[in-house]
Amino acid sequence: MSLAKRIIPCLDVKDGQTVKGTNFVNLRQAGDPVELGRAYSEQGADELVFLDITASHEGRKTFASMVERVAATLSIPFTVGGGINELADVDRMLSAGADKVSINSAALRRPELIDEIANHYGSQVCVVAIDARQEENGEWQCYINGGRVPVGKSLFDWAREAQERGAGEILFTSMNHDGVKTGFANEALRQLADNLTIPIIASGGAGTMEHFRDAFKLGHVDAALAASVFHFGEISIPELKRYLQAENISIRI
Amino acid sequence: MEVAIVDYKAGNVYSVIHALERLGISPVLTDDAERIASADKVLFPGQGEARQAMEQLQRSGLDKVIRSLKQPILGICIGQQLMCSHSEEGDTDCLGIFDVDVRRFQPQRHEDKVPHMGWNELHFAQRDGLFKGFEGGEFVYFVHSFYVPECPWTTATTDYIVPFSAALHRDNFYATQFHPEKSGSVGERILKNFLEL
Repeated sequence: MSLAKRIIPCLDVKDGQTVKGTNFVNLRQAGDPVELGRAYSEQGADELVFLDITASHEGRKTFASMVERVAATLSIPFTVGGGINELADVDRMLSAGADKVSINSAALRRPELIDEIANHYGSQVCVVAIDARQEENGEWQCYINGGRVPVGKSLFDWAREAQERGAGEILFTSMNHDGVKTGFANEALRQLADNLTIPIIASGGAGTMEHFRDAFKLGHVDAALAASVFHFGEISIPELKRYLQAENISIRI
Repeated sequence: MEVAIVDYKAGNVYSVIHALERLGISPVLTDDAERIASADKVLFPGQGEARQAMEQLQRSGLDKVIRSLKQPILGICIGQQLMCSHSEEGDTDCLGIFDVDVRRFQPQRHEDKVPHMGWNELHFAQRDGLFKGFEGGEFVYFVHSFYVPECPWTTATTDYIVPFSAALHRDNFYATQFHPEKSGSVGERILKNFLEL
């Protein structure tokens, strides 16, 4: 066996509450990200991602206090993202107890942010999230602002630049696959994984357990992230992990 | 029980504090030599670069304090590496508690990514102390680019590029390369075992 492939549930948080509904039973407060995070941790999630989708200043403060509660409760690593635009934001999240931060639009607007995070806190802290769409000509283009604005950079060029600037991991979400539940963008993932030397996290497209297997076996990724299939109980993490282990994928059980 | 965490400004120690709090312990974070020397248990965690960390320890005199401790002390991550003789990182002379040199991972294949980050398995050379009640094959969480080779003080190994020392033990000195405070219920058992030494 070797380093385990990671399964990462992602929780969207608005004003301190999880946004997508859940099928979890036995939760005192189903909308509480801390409770949900604890439930995932107990089920065997390898890491968690909390994304702040609040726009307001007040919501941001609520998110920071939630991060503190997560850190006090969970004994597995977690990443936070959303609204991280400068080093001070990173510092606030790490001080609240986050292990890593994920940056997206801010890094495309000002790529030096990656260098700054890597130099101050180390590459292992810096996850660069990329939303990209495969256009009709076959090219993968990066988008910012929640996938609304194209920036005229190719996925592969930007991922390489991010690595060279000191990113510790790439979290790639395929906008073509996100929410469709027909599997991850394995061809593009494989091209990233085979050409970069930092870990790649697959995001967007998980619908079945086979999709996770394919991301690892065909996409060569190090980790796979999903939200709704876990939140709605369509895939249970213990069952998924047993399945992947039976498929000879290195998994932490 | 008084548990002291050595404060030498080497990265984030909140997760260690939280992990102890979950076990019902309120640790004290301190750089005070007497406070550390009189504690029942000492934790020596940290992240960061070996040379800077050693210089900080030397400036504050904590290098001598750590070497002279008689109670159980647990080095974590860079803490383990600093307890060795020398580190390839910054060509740094370290505390010399474990007579072994820290090396940088040399990738052999494309899949060998550095840092070694994520969950990997423990194999045991010795299952007392920190690993009482363990069976082998338990997963723990690692984040590191440098490693301690296998040596006479190795109590647990992990395979990544090469088999390396996931944990060390000599007398009252214990160390783990992985982060027990981030290793879920397995990590909790290890911290609990340490507190019960």
